[in-house]
Amino acid sequence: MTTVLIDYESGNLHSAEKALSRMAAEVEAGAVKVTSRAEDVARASRIVLPGDGAFPACREALFAIDGMAEALEEAVIGRGVPFLGICVGMQMLATRGLEYRPTPGLGWIPGEVVKIAPADPALKVPHMGWNDLVIDTAHPVLEGIETGDHAYFVHSYHFVVENAAHRLAHCDYGGEITAIVGRDNIIGTQFHPEKSQKPGLRLIANFLRWRP
Amino acid sequence: MLKTRIIPCLDVADGRVVKGVNFVDLVDAGDPVESARAYDAAGADELCFLDIHATHENRRTMYDLATRTAEQCFMPLTIGGGVRTVEDVRNLLLAGADKVSFNSAAVADPEVVARAADRFGSQCIVVAIDAKTVAPGRWEIFTHGGRRPTGIDAVEFARLVAEKGAGEILLTSMDRDGTRAGFNIPLTRAVADAVPIPVIASGGVGTLDHLVEGVVEGHASAVLAASIFHFGHYTIAEAKAHMAAAGIPVRLT
Repeated sequence: MTTVLIDYESGNLHSAEKALSRMAAEVEAGAVKVTSRAEDVARASRIVLPGDGAFPACREALFAIDGMAEALEEAVIGRGVPFLGICVGMQMLATRGLEYRPTPGLGWIPGEVVKIAPADPALKVPHMGWNDLVIDTAHPVLEGIETGDHAYFVHSYHFVVENAAHRLAHCDYGGEITAIVGRDNIIGTQFHPEKSQKPGLRLIANFLRWRP
Repeated sequence: MLKTRIIPCLDVADGRVVKGVNFVDLVDAGDPVESARAYDAAGADELCFLDIHATHENRRTMYDLATRTAEQCFMPLTIGGGVRTVEDVRNLLLAGADKVSFNSAAVADPEVVARAADRFGSQCIVVAIDAKTVAPGRWEIFTHGGRRPTGIDAVEFARLVAEKGAGEILLTSMDRDGTRAGFNIPLTRAVADAVPIPVIASGGVGTLDHLVEGVVEGHASAVLAASIFHFGHYTIAEAKAHMAAAGIPVRLT
């Protein structure tokens, strides 16, 4: 049992790695491996895709790894390997992102990633800090996490899903902001669970035990 | 609803906290990692380490601190002090920092902010601005711990770095820093209203009312304080309760 955390030189993997390792030890979910090799992704029992920065840069860097796009597609869509996307790693699940320029995503969850436009112009963008979650749909990975729990967000774009059933949670920031998306064996969080103290660690533990 | 953040800041020199954190249950008040853990447990929203004697030789110490803190604290960590290049940012992020703060280097060359934001994203680039009042309604940036005037207008500079891609501004009033007389509200408000990105108010907090003023009157998105928390005058929980009572949304843990 190995959970891989994909390293494609996007931001800080350290916290995600530490949070995954700690919770993997706690729930006896096997090893956590940071990798940038498609072979490791092909062999993984769980896959975590982080992502910081701009959508096009992340997408480009991920797809620049030889065989990575194919390995991901084959594992996640082909074999139903549990997948967790974090921040831009979650946004890349979309059909396309509109940051800087339209860029295709993985297309696993239909929808677009658009600029946050709070109804109240006094609200700052990026949406940065702790916001309280509103759970839209119960899900095994959200077990023990309730409406009102706080998570740490830092982003200027957010995922507008086409099919409302794919949005599992949202928060309010001058309008509804998608916080968690999911379908089948795929889940993604706009916030950083590895930075969200107790509820974040809980989500990670749930993911590591999840058998979709 | 987004909550107003309370950020304790630890001044670090050679791997040790300069002003020891006065929590009863700390074995080693000078250990930044232990202090960070205490603040994590106390419900701080983020942490900030400021390397006040940053030199080339002690960079390793700061990387090591970032790594050890990130292993134990699952909350956002900002590191500043002596950050000059895109490579410095990269090294700190790889070590475990979530955000990295530029100060003098951004004043000397604002393009470094753009280069770092392009490479790592605005979300992890903070620009720390140290400003002094030079005339009513006019604030100038000072560097080198407030000793060196630059002639640069703080509000204009805040606008500039926001355009360059800074994700956040850490604004310190050098007039107020260490005075415990409260934030410089006109400065805080002028900068917060001038930029589309979050502003962290810093410098001068002595009472819990000062935190409220920074947000309500200064329009800050977050408040940073050091001594009132380190010396145990107030707990994070007390600060949050006080802000909540004043109608400011905070994260209660």
